Amino acid sequence: MSIFDYFRKSKEKQTASIAKERLQIIVAHQRTAMNQPDYIPKMQQDIVKVIKKYVDIEKDQVNVQLDTVNNCSVLELNVTLPQ
Amino acid sequence: MAKIIVVTSGKGGVGKTTSSAAIGTGLAMNNKKTVIIDFDVGLRNLDLIMGCERRVVYDFVNVISGEATLNQALIKDKRLKNLFILPASQTRDKDALTKKGVEKVLNDLSKDFDFIICDSPAGIEKGAQMALYFADEAIVVTNPEVSSVRDSDRILGILQSKSRRAENGGDPVVEHLLITRYDPERVIAGEMLSISDVEDILAIPLLGVIPESEAVLKASNQGTPVILDEKTKAGLAYSDAVMRLLGSNVDYRFITVEKKGFFKRMMGAGR
Ligand SMILES: Nc1ncnc2c1ncn2[C@@H]1O[C@H](COP(=O)(O)OP(=O)(O)OP(=O)(O)O)[C@@H](O)[C@H]1O
Ligand SMILES: [Mg+2]
Repeated sequence: MSIFDYFRKSKEKQTASIAKERLQIIVAHQRTAMNQPDYIPKMQQDIVKVIKKYVDIEKDQVNVQLDTVNNCSVLELNVTLPQ
Repeated sequence: MAKIIVVTSGKGGVGKTTSSAAIGTGLAMNNKKTVIIDFDVGLRNLDLIMGCERRVVYDFVNVISGEATLNQALIKDKRLKNLFILPASQTRDKDALTKKGVEKVLNDLSKDFDFIICDSPAGIEKGAQMALYFADEAIVVTNPEVSSVRDSDRILGILQSKSRRAENGGDPVVEHLLITRYDPERVIAGEMLSISDVEDILAIPLLGVIPESEAVLKASNQGTPVILDEKTKAGLAYSDAVMRLLGSNVDYRFITVEKKGFFKRMMGAGR
């Protein structure tokens, strides 16, 4: 590290903090996926197929999640539609 | 009754075998009768790191299949009277380890050892699951780097759902985070995840931080667990981790950048 690195680093975003943000997202995702029934990914694909008949979307624009709220299972479907 | 500890990581090459050898040796140095088992069937390496590769006659799979007794297969360490190694088979495939067979060996060892250290293979498949299945505690070895942290989180999920303790619904496996190959200089420069970054993401208690150190390669070249080299930072950091595993409260060392003399700084030395 030279003195010049210090100047450069203060302007650019530090790569370690980018790493941390990316990890926080992927790990949260991983943890919900881990606790979900095995059929969820397959069901998500089917839902994407159905929506695709009507609107042009990508797989990652549909988020399917099963939550349990006070003994009650809630299937949450989140679709980001194009403008 | 022995305490069974798995050393695991998901990702390969992060320092599981180095850590198993160091921690197992450290426990024996503290008068705990310890056996280190190599679960990496087909890719035996613990024997090399421990320096007993020429004394391997029988292995873990031979014991499970009844071709040898446990006493025939256990290798006694030449340096420490309390330390034993059970090598992995080099020729069989991973299916040679059955749950029943592994359980029998662990039960037999449990009778006369204080600690059983299981050096897990990389991955999250059968081999890694076998190594962690019977564990009471887990040491999750993580490098401060994105793919290693992500894989550690995966293995934590498996510990919490697929271990014997998880299946039987008893106390969960006790989890410990061991960060290895840590380089404080790169952390200061913002190029490497810090200890607290990794702790924040994995959310398990820290057991130790082992610095990136040339001593590790030198120790492995000679077949000496690095913890026996008490002049090195990596060796001392492993000793501290062992003390914490035994319940002591030990301050962390080698996690900040040392002040360097002007000359050393000019030469860029001291890593
Ligand atoms: N603290 C450290 N500093 C420098 N090098 C290290 C350190 N810890 C481990 N290494 C090096 O990393 C490499 C991998 O170590 P090791 O074999 O212990 O990993 P592993 O997790 O057991 O690998 P595998 O997944 O293949 O079983 C080795 O070359 C070792 O010398
Ligand atoms: Mg290994």
